[in-house]
Amino acid sequence: MMRFLLLFSRQGKLRLQKWFLPLPEREKKKIIRDMVAMVLARKPRTCNFLHWRDLKIVYKRYASLYFCCGLEEQDNELLALEVLHRYVELLDKYFGNVCELDIIFNFEKAYFILDEFLMGGEIQETSKLSISKSIEASDMLQEVRGSVQAPYQSYQSQAASKKAIT
Amino acid sequence: MSNSFPVLCIVILVMDTIRRDLEGRVPWTLLYVNNVKLPFTTQEELQRQPVSVFLYEYMLGKSKEAEIKRINKELANIRSKFKGDKALDGYSKKKYVCKLLFIFLLGHDIDFGHMEAVNLLSSNKYTEKQIGYLFISVLVNSNSDLIRLINNAIKNDLSSRNPTFMNLALHCIANVGSREMAEAFAAEVPRILVAGDTMDSVKQSAALCLLRLNRTSPDLIPMGEWTSRVVHLLNDQHLGVVTAATSLIITLAQKNPDDFKTSVSLAVARLSRIVTSASTDLQDYTYYFVAAPWLSVKLLRLLQCYPPPEDAAIRGRLTECLETILNKAQEPPKSKKVQHSNAKNAVLFEAISLIIHHDSEPTLLVRACNQLGQFLQHRETNLRYLALESMCMLASSEFSHEAVKTHIETVINALKTERDVSVRQRAVDLLYAMCDRSNAKQIVAEMLSYLETADYSIREEIVLKVAILAEKYAVDYTWYVDTILNLIRIAGDYVSEEVWYRVIQIVINRDDVQGYAAKTVFEALQAPACHENLVKVGGYILGEFGNLIAGDPRSSPLIQFNLLHSKFHLCSVPTRALLLSAYVKFINLFPEVKGTIQEVLRADSQLRNADVELQQRAVEYLRLSCIASTDILATVLEEMPPFPERESSILAKLKKKKGSGTVSDMEDSRKERSTNVNGSNDHIVANTNVKVTTSPSSDLLGLGHTQAAALNSASPPVTSNAASLLVDVFTESLPVVPPTSIIEENFSRFVCKNNGVLYENQLLQIGLKSEFRQNLVIGLSGVFPGVSVQSCFYVTAASIVSLMAHSQLNIHTTPADPVVDGGAQLQQVFNIECLLDFVEAPVLSVHFRYGGSMQNISIRLPITLNKFFQPTEMTSQEFFQRWKQLGAPQQEVQKIFKAKHSMDTEVTKAKIIGFGTALLDGVDPNPSNFVGAGVIHTKTIQVGCLLRLEPNTQAQASCSMYRLTLRTSRDTVSQRLCDLLSDQF
Repeated sequence: MMRFLLLFSRQGKLRLQKWFLPLPEREKKKIIRDMVAMVLARKPRTCNFLHWRDLKIVYKRYASLYFCCGLEEQDNELLALEVLHRYVELLDKYFGNVCELDIIFNFEKAYFILDEFLMGGEIQETSKLSISKSIEASDMLQEVRGSVQAPYQSYQSQAASKKAIT
Repeated sequence: MSNSFPVLCIVILVMDTIRRDLEGRVPWTLLYVNNVKLPFTTQEELQRQPVSVFLYEYMLGKSKEAEIKRINKELANIRSKFKGDKALDGYSKKKYVCKLLFIFLLGHDIDFGHMEAVNLLSSNKYTEKQIGYLFISVLVNSNSDLIRLINNAIKNDLSSRNPTFMNLALHCIANVGSREMAEAFAAEVPRILVAGDTMDSVKQSAALCLLRLNRTSPDLIPMGEWTSRVVHLLNDQHLGVVTAATSLIITLAQKNPDDFKTSVSLAVARLSRIVTSASTDLQDYTYYFVAAPWLSVKLLRLLQCYPPPEDAAIRGRLTECLETILNKAQEPPKSKKVQHSNAKNAVLFEAISLIIHHDSEPTLLVRACNQLGQFLQHRETNLRYLALESMCMLASSEFSHEAVKTHIETVINALKTERDVSVRQRAVDLLYAMCDRSNAKQIVAEMLSYLETADYSIREEIVLKVAILAEKYAVDYTWYVDTILNLIRIAGDYVSEEVWYRVIQIVINRDDVQGYAAKTVFEALQAPACHENLVKVGGYILGEFGNLIAGDPRSSPLIQFNLLHSKFHLCSVPTRALLLSAYVKFINLFPEVKGTIQEVLRADSQLRNADVELQQRAVEYLRLSCIASTDILATVLEEMPPFPERESSILAKLKKKKGSGTVSDMEDSRKERSTNVNGSNDHIVANTNVKVTTSPSSDLLGLGHTQAAALNSASPPVTSNAASLLVDVFTESLPVVPPTSIIEENFSRFVCKNNGVLYENQLLQIGLKSEFRQNLVIGLSGVFPGVSVQSCFYVTAASIVSLMAHSQLNIHTTPADPVVDGGAQLQQVFNIECLLDFVEAPVLSVHFRYGGSMQNISIRLPITLNKFFQPTEMTSQEFFQRWKQLGAPQQEVQKIFKAKHSMDTEVTKAKIIGFGTALLDGVDPNPSNFVGAGVIHTKTIQVGCLLRLEPNTQAQASCSMYRLTLRTSRDTVSQRLCDLLSDQF
């Protein structure tokens, strides 16, 4: 089971945090600090796995963002890498050439997509198709219900000027 | 990279905006995010995004102070809006809640808005509801007062039959997952999961939601007929449902393996279908040409909860699957993408884990080993890392140990050439695991040479490993001595006390190596700069065995002494103390240097040393050497006797450092001739019977190690699939290995007292408090300090405290919160009723997870018969009347015994009261005698007891005697009470 998932920038700014087991706020802050320090200190072309306390840490860098998760002893590290990758793919599909800014500006979407994908630290749905369908469905729902919220597409005109994560 | 991005961006943006400006159509705005700018095409578009408006302003803040100022202003604004008279519409509420969430995620504290978020939950607009749920899952901690309101909203959504709403609600339960929520929904969620009309996506959420609740509150999940239907979800059409259900079944099967046995055959069937399917069969569940990698891994993991299937057909089918997976690894990749190879190898590694877990098919094990061998030289660092890790497990299997050994050169090469320190660390682990008598010398030599360049963070561990291997596989103890001295030379700072204690123990216990050791340390000490640890070892060994090399004129007594003394002034106080003891031993060994040494001891720097310990040693040793005859000196300063055999303290230390399975796996086969070293520098002194220090009992340190060892050896070998963080309380079926021994050390201390620390080691402390009120109530509190010095280990203690059933005691337990974080306290109350008098005390077992494996500790709980006493006051007349009534010979037990402690009237009185009886003053005609009376309450009978304790003060102070007489209405009670009490004085 995945214990937590963190996204942070190369400057060490946290962009997204997801905890799959309740922890006191102090502990969370400590973990974030440790993860950022540890992962940012890694040299390029080293392996993507680390040991920390009794957890396995799996991280991967996509452009300016680090995706980092903590796994329990019996979890499969390689597959966790692909969990991260699938999440990036999902973000990419939704935002279209996703970049760090998308995650800053639409943090709630990033969380919703994550919720569709992972739950309680386990994979809920691996099919890209199903997930995008359910995200689309909920986006439709809000339009039908007459919300004023603009669809994210407003950013897409700038897609060319953004550096995509993938 | 970091610069090119914004620069490029800005250029494009500027061009973009200039163009737009020229077109003159719309105003434009620039957003600053850190140092990146992003244009919105229109102000209007910007404002449609509720958060973005704020973001925009927030980002304009240039400094940290400006940011905080801006945020405080915004918070004040939101607060006033929430408190304002005008009711906010759903949209604004959503907007502000969303802003709060954003501020929180920026790292600021948020202490309001929860109520508004809860209100959003009952909105019928999807986005409002969604933001409400997001806020709650991110910000509401599990013990909030709002839980009841939230639960209500969730209940409504769960019964809405709208799958999207149901999913939101289930996600919220999984995200918060508090006990109150578990209580409210533990029955509902399983129902949704197995209901026939539930949509697939809801089933997935329900399965994982249940899994989440089961992790934190396993006691609340009712098992029942739904479990069998969950198993059948493995046959579901929808692969997403199967994936989620498999995760759930894994967790449940770890707790109740028997209830989910049927899942094995279903899992094998499912796996076989996936493995043999063409990559296109599974449509979107194929990931980069790999068929359902997530599900495959989950199924393989599920199979690791069980032994190999007994049914030959199923077993054959599984073997086939595993072979197919191994075969696929040899096929050329279907894609060059790393995702393809990762997914494929993830399945492969999981299959290898299963093969290792079953440990029954030699051919598969050897094939797995060969496959890993290929990975050892793969260009992907990740694969090399994982191959080294998995091979460690293979090395412990008897079938594959030899096959693993063939890769030794590659592993050694990895140690030398690998650029990544974490990979090198795995290589060290593997070398340690594959070491046996045949390759020990090579491996130890390689580890020693790696140590010179190793990362500082892992040096101590390598030192321990080298020390252990050298000791374990030493045929020739001269090699052992050389190795340890090398170790001290290369990494003296990382050589912990345990290591150098150990080498001294071994040298003392083995006659054949003493001369060699003396010669070698003598040579090593001649180096101009040598580590203090070497001086310690040298001082000790020369002090004991310097005579063995004194025949050589190059190492005559005087030269030996001068060599040691030349290091003296550079050393710390404890080392100097040790050297002084070595000097006094020299006086005995070599009468010819007596004068020189006395001269040194007599020097002001010794006799008037500011350090009390050094001064005292100098004074006493000098005195001893002056007044004692040669014979007395020879007796007092005799060679140390061999150390008693105990578990190696180094091993305990390594286990403590690692905490997890990797080490303990390897220890099973270990038959160590092991002794422990006393912790102080006072071995010599202790032997001389000269009371030099107020040092604690010299056994103290050794005792500590034994405790740690007992704790660690109790951990099950590979609990890779054991329940992870959260463990059930009081589940009988928990897969724990029975502890090797029951700890009783503090037992007798509690006979006459009710509160105190029952047990303590590095990981936890157990306190006890007991009180008799009709029944005996004991409260236990365990503290898990969880943090140890300088090593990163960590108690994520979920702990279970339980009392084993007892025939004569009725034990009721009050459930306690099963999750304990490091440093936290767990309290557990037991109500105990005595049915009949008893001798055997109940055993308390504590299970908790520490560093990846389950730990068991069993402690004899000091529940003794006298705890059920109720004191009875009576007059002298009453007392003697009853005394006579209980005159039958079997009712009286008398014991005469030697006092263990000095006789102190007050202490004795306190003990008798602590024992539970009333202390009757002025009853006995002899005032120095003590008498007591009380009634023992058991469920069936009440036993009246009278006791009389007569100290014999006439006897010599050194061996004062007591006579204890007990009269009770039941002979077994008299005997037991007499045994208990006589032990206390």
